[in-house]
Amino acid sequence: MKSFKGIPKSVLTDMYTQMEKIRQFELKSVDLYQVGELPGFLHSCLGQEAAAVGVVAALKETDYIVTTHRGHGHVIAKGAELNRMMAELYAKEDGYCRGKGGSMHIMDRTKNILGANGIVGQGTTLATGAGLAAQLRGTDQVSVAFFGDGAQNEGFFHESMNMASIWNLPVIFACENNMYAESTCQTYHMRPDDIAERAKGYGVTSYIADGNDVIDVYLKACEAVKQCRNGDGPVLIESKTYRWLGHYVGDPGVYRPDGEVALWKSDEKEPMHQFREQMIKNEIFTKSELDKIQNDVADMIISAVEFGRNSKPLPPESALEDVYIEGLL
Amino acid sequence: MRTITYREAINEALAEEMRRDPEVFLIGEDLADPFGGSYKVTKGLSTEFGCDRVRNTPISEAGLAGAAVGAAMAGMRPVAEIMYIDFTGCCFDAIVNQAAKIHYMSGGQVQVPVVFRTQQGSGRSSAAQHAQSWEAIFAHIPGLKVVMPATPYDAKGMLKTAIRDNDPVMFIEHKLLYGVKGEVPEEEYTVPFGKAEVRKEGKDITLIASLRMVDFALEAADKLKADGIDAEVIDLRSIVPLDKDTIISSIKKTGRLAIAQEAVERCGFASEIATLAMELAFDYLDAPVKRICATNTPVAFAPALEDFIIPNTEKIYSAVKEMF
Repeated sequence: MKSFKGIPKSVLTDMYTQMEKIRQFELKSVDLYQVGELPGFLHSCLGQEAAAVGVVAALKETDYIVTTHRGHGHVIAKGAELNRMMAELYAKEDGYCRGKGGSMHIMDRTKNILGANGIVGQGTTLATGAGLAAQLRGTDQVSVAFFGDGAQNEGFFHESMNMASIWNLPVIFACENNMYAESTCQTYHMRPDDIAERAKGYGVTSYIADGNDVIDVYLKACEAVKQCRNGDGPVLIESKTYRWLGHYVGDPGVYRPDGEVALWKSDEKEPMHQFREQMIKNEIFTKSELDKIQNDVADMIISAVEFGRNSKPLPPESALEDVYIEGLL
Repeated sequence: MRTITYREAINEALAEEMRRDPEVFLIGEDLADPFGGSYKVTKGLSTEFGCDRVRNTPISEAGLAGAAVGAAMAGMRPVAEIMYIDFTGCCFDAIVNQAAKIHYMSGGQVQVPVVFRTQQGSGRSSAAQHAQSWEAIFAHIPGLKVVMPATPYDAKGMLKTAIRDNDPVMFIEHKLLYGVKGEVPEEEYTVPFGKAEVRKEGKDITLIASLRMVDFALEAADKLKADGIDAEVIDLRSIVPLDKDTIISSIKKTGRLAIAQEAVERCGFASEIATLAMELAFDYLDAPVKRICATNTPVAFAPALEDFIIPNTEKIYSAVKEMF
């Protein structure tokens, strides 16, 4: 684990809290999905908590993020409310998208979460546009596109990298390389070992981070953010991580070699364990302090599930709202 | 009143809206001076507003269209030029899955005030990948507004409306209208969406058209006069929203309906209008509805083949005459 010297305890507390929120939200939603309480698809980000939190911890509230079908972690880290997220998974009235989006489309305009997106790779163009908006307005905002190793084979990514590069846009291309594009492993779907290699062809700075070490991701994201705010963007960060579950909940992941999942869940690689151990060993936190955070998050999750379950069902005819701003055409 | 070209009218609308609102910017391929756009519509604008706000992009339709949507989600008012509607195939996702659906998918939280300016149509031997008419493809997608101005007056007034609109708008121009002149006032005005224009009143048949077909329909109506047929010619101007009232009340008056359409016949917008006539004015129809459309083929290169494929004044005239 990278040295966390110099990182304020408040930041470390926030990182751990966010990772716990993501971990517990994901575990709970997988359970609820498997017993049939939640409709639709669910793409879990279990195992990728540090890669999300490390990047978002380097941002300000006014910065933009765009994420993917596997986006719960990013939006939680950026401050989305667990209650409204859970209500959306339950397809209820208090959900973020009032039942029009679901897991793959959670957005919170007030927190500049420009949304999860169901089209692989397209988030890179949207984030590039938000970065262009920041540049045209002369703000110091940064725009982050989260995407996976699969998405960087889409033309969207390459066109975005090129445009962001020629215009020096404040865009961070935050790739979570979880080794699988749905069922296709990275060693098959691209020639170079590292996604960071792609950046060279566009004259873009890139970093490779241990995506399961929140400190490593955070320190590299801080560098990237600094470059972007100085007008020296864009930057690509490749966080090497691992998706614990299959592509979606219900995919048993038969394409993965025996022992691979267990390895990535082991104490040595698992992001939460690493973090807790180092914090206690270095006397930044006591075990009971971390346990308290964990327990507080557990309470939040219980409340979120209650909130989602008890939120009102949507009247079917609300399907006709929000197609256009002023009614149906 | 002064007369200016369709091209100049669009250029004026862009310039006026950029002066009025610093959040308006242009993004697209080859827009900046000295080139000034593939059809010279944006000439002079980068000189006045700078190359930041008149943003030339690489040849990357998917990238530029997606970036326009992203900037709109962040609250700007981008006008993205897609050089040919045929090229929207390269950026279809940004238009139909992003721009069209984000307001809905976000439960109304996020608006996408983007305009996609593009041009379509045949008549220049541009062949199958530069001459299609694709309005029905976009009209099929809930969440998009689809606008097709036929005159310089409408082009200017409707583009200003499109830029100020908070929904995504497909603003479809016609490549053969750019040089056409028409009256455009010097003073500020806008033209609302969803109001068709009766270009010529008549009592015997309702003849519906848009873009370049409007002039052909008017010429056909002129010829029909000699045969004692008094055609009412309606220019749709926008197809989403559609002015059903004007269409239906005209049919109720005339008892006959023909639709001229430059796009291929199958699943075109003419079919939508024909269906509306069935649903809303069936008892008033004295003859089967007639569609005068392009053949169900790609657009060919050879002028003789292209002429064969695309409707013109003569084809509209004879099709309508057969209805009596």
